[in-house]
Amino acid sequence: MLYISKWKATAILLTACIVCLFAVPNFFPESMVKRWPEWAQRHIVLGLDLQGGSHILLEVDANDVRRQKLLALQDDVRRVLREARVGLTSAPVIRGNAVEVRIRENDFQQGLAKLRELSQPLGGFLGTTGQRSLDVENVGGGLVRLTPTDPALLERIRQVVDQSVEIIGKRVNQLGLVEPSIQRQGNDRILVQVPGLGDPQQLLDILGKTAKLTFRLVDTSMPAEQALQGRPPPDSEIVYGSKAENKQPYLLEKRVIVSGEELTDAQPAFDQRSGEPVVNFKFNTSGARKFAQVTQENVGRPFAIVLDEEVISAPVIREPILGGSGQISGNFTVESANNLAILLRAGALPAKLTVIEQRVVGAGLGQDSIEKGQLASYFGAALVVVFMIATYGLFGVFASIAVAVNVGMIFGVLSLLNATLTLPGIIGIVLTIGIAVDSNVLIYERIREEVRTGRTPITAIDAGFTRALATILDSNITTFIAAAVLFFFGSGPVRGFAVTLGIGIITTVFTAFTLTRLIVAWWIRWARPRQLVIS
Amino acid sequence: MRLYPSIPLLRIVPDDTKFDFMRFRRISFPMSAALSILAILLYFFHGLNFGIDFVGGTLIEIQSKSGPADLAKLRTTLGGLGLGDVQLQQFGSPNDVLIRVAQQPGGEQAQQAAIAKVRQALGNEVDYRRVEVVGPRVSSELLAKSTIGLGLAIFAILIYLWFRFEWQFSLGAMIANVHDLVLTIGYMSLTQIDFDLSSIAALLTILGYSLNDTVVIYDRIREMLRRYKRMSMPDLLNISVNSTLSRSIITHVTVTLALLALLLFGGHAIHSFVATMIFGVVLVGTYTSVFIAAPILIYLGVGTTRMESEQPAERQSARR
Repeated sequence: MLYISKWKATAILLTACIVCLFAVPNFFPESMVKRWPEWAQRHIVLGLDLQGGSHILLEVDANDVRRQKLLALQDDVRRVLREARVGLTSAPVIRGNAVEVRIRENDFQQGLAKLRELSQPLGGFLGTTGQRSLDVENVGGGLVRLTPTDPALLERIRQVVDQSVEIIGKRVNQLGLVEPSIQRQGNDRILVQVPGLGDPQQLLDILGKTAKLTFRLVDTSMPAEQALQGRPPPDSEIVYGSKAENKQPYLLEKRVIVSGEELTDAQPAFDQRSGEPVVNFKFNTSGARKFAQVTQENVGRPFAIVLDEEVISAPVIREPILGGSGQISGNFTVESANNLAILLRAGALPAKLTVIEQRVVGAGLGQDSIEKGQLASYFGAALVVVFMIATYGLFGVFASIAVAVNVGMIFGVLSLLNATLTLPGIIGIVLTIGIAVDSNVLIYERIREEVRTGRTPITAIDAGFTRALATILDSNITTFIAAAVLFFFGSGPVRGFAVTLGIGIITTVFTAFTLTRLIVAWWIRWARPRQLVIS
Repeated sequence: MRLYPSIPLLRIVPDDTKFDFMRFRRISFPMSAALSILAILLYFFHGLNFGIDFVGGTLIEIQSKSGPADLAKLRTTLGGLGLGDVQLQQFGSPNDVLIRVAQQPGGEQAQQAAIAKVRQALGNEVDYRRVEVVGPRVSSELLAKSTIGLGLAIFAILIYLWFRFEWQFSLGAMIANVHDLVLTIGYMSLTQIDFDLSSIAALLTILGYSLNDTVVIYDRIREMLRRYKRMSMPDLLNISVNSTLSRSIITHVTVTLALLALLLFGGHAIHSFVATMIFGVVLVGTYTSVFIAAPILIYLGVGTTRMESEQPAERQSARR
């Protein structure tokens, strides 16, 4: 147990040194580390709770996704049956979570077959799972009910999250924030983290909007008030104005002339005559052509610019707009014009997102936490070192060295992993330090016991190490299992705790088995003690 | 070998103590049972002071830019916003105030609206140190996930100890750990310390230390069981606990020193966390490993089969 070959000793020291060295970049300013070679740049990232910043968790609105899916399904049913020339007793309607359609008796079998074709197998290129996108049910009496299945809905939500991550990325980047991170979380969530952002109001404004832009003609066949009381024409609907427009109702055609997808650019600007903030936009070629055609045919009629089912403005077409560019005005402030331009450039989100969690830490608080944490750790470390040396003398010094190397290695591994260090993570490290001290105490106490049974120093140390290490292994494996379970089943902060604890346990076992033994072995060879005094 | 310069070293526990710890089980078991029941009653009837992490709502920590914060004025300003229950609390220095706004009816968006209102009302007179809004869905998930994680961790440990020792040890360790957690939760209920995610971390840490202690003592008991085949269980447990006593005390003094440093200098943010830790690790953990985890093995029937198998090799493993 105490004989350690030169090769082994070198390997132990090299491992400890190299792992500790990985922690070095953390002690230098970032600007300096950037000039180092790539492999040496890995460092610990401070969590938002320590460096300050905004953490915003968004969730895809499943109801919105379902509604969109039903609307699309309704269109599909209508189209498929029309193409197959199937006669209907009543048009497809959305009822609850399904689309229902009543087919004429003599066309029923053909219609049902066509509708069944709408249901696609799910599972993409990795092979089918046996699930289909739709449940097509023959209710009887010519009624067919089509229900999108839950797996289909989940798959759609997944797609929505993927698309949203990209669009949010574009939006956030335009705000000029430093190192924002946008990640998917679970099936239906997106986590946006922006270090250093103390007031996330503008960010929230930009994240909360779907930004679906459409240009539509105003239906002038009847006043909006009349349509509100009676029944609007079948191809038109009531859309309300924005707050700036006093929530005034408009009767708009359902047909969309051009939508936001056909924009190539949008910039905030000031109107040349009134000086008001406006947003200038440009269409792509097909958008420009469509817009030109419609404005040519409808000079003198009003059209509406609709954003997220709200009319921003409804100007009258004075002359055909042929150049493919235009201007949106609508009581904007400089900021809201700027926001709208960003939203239009980045594109619309495929579904509504809701903020379900928001945590903002000011830079001052983070700085305070770090400073106080540092002061407390220095003081705690000093107390522990003094106590260990007072109790164990020279062996206390050995213990302090071993624990210090242990902490160095924890930081080294965390840097190597580019891990994020949060407050719970620090707590995990503190717990590990306690366990590391304990492993040294276990070894020395065991050696003392063996000395008392009358063994010579070398055999006592040998036996002490052998027995104590078995105990250390047992207790650390148990704690490691707890850390592993917490890592896989815990959420955010608990995971941060589990990571540092797990890493700390591995380094603790490593130092106890190798470094502490090596130090003691060297000391014995150097001092050749005939009598052992540990305490 | 003499250490140079030769100084007398601190000795906390004398060598070869022979305390009869097992005798106390007639006091410690009823006491622990009574305290555990009390803790559970406290939990159900007094409840925990759940923070916004688990019940949702808004928490804002502000720092007044001009001298000490005027709580009364803040109270009238914020009370007039129609946000329901608004709690104010001095937090650390007199300039710092913690504002808690109850969960707003109307789902996730209503919480966002509430915070905008508060920001508008307070304007630029204060610095926002921390703003947290946790919606109803996230908070219930956090609670469920934390509880499941804690339960699974205990279960996994149970399985491992079962393989590594015998089932009695694994059951004993679990009883000891759950006992520690239950008493700590009782303490949190009694003191009404904020129960948030950092409290979960505190519970986990207490679990970790408690486990570590229990395993160290069990390891020694197992070793003694192999060595002394005919010794009565209480005597054997006493020897085991006495021989690890020095280690237990030195380790706990060290941990306590580190925790005291955190308590004194760690700042307000981790104050309740450290207080919980000191209660759990120092007061309960130490007591449990000696007075509960070890003697419970007598009741769980450890070592009964050993007495029956009469083997002549009595001190067969005294020497390695």
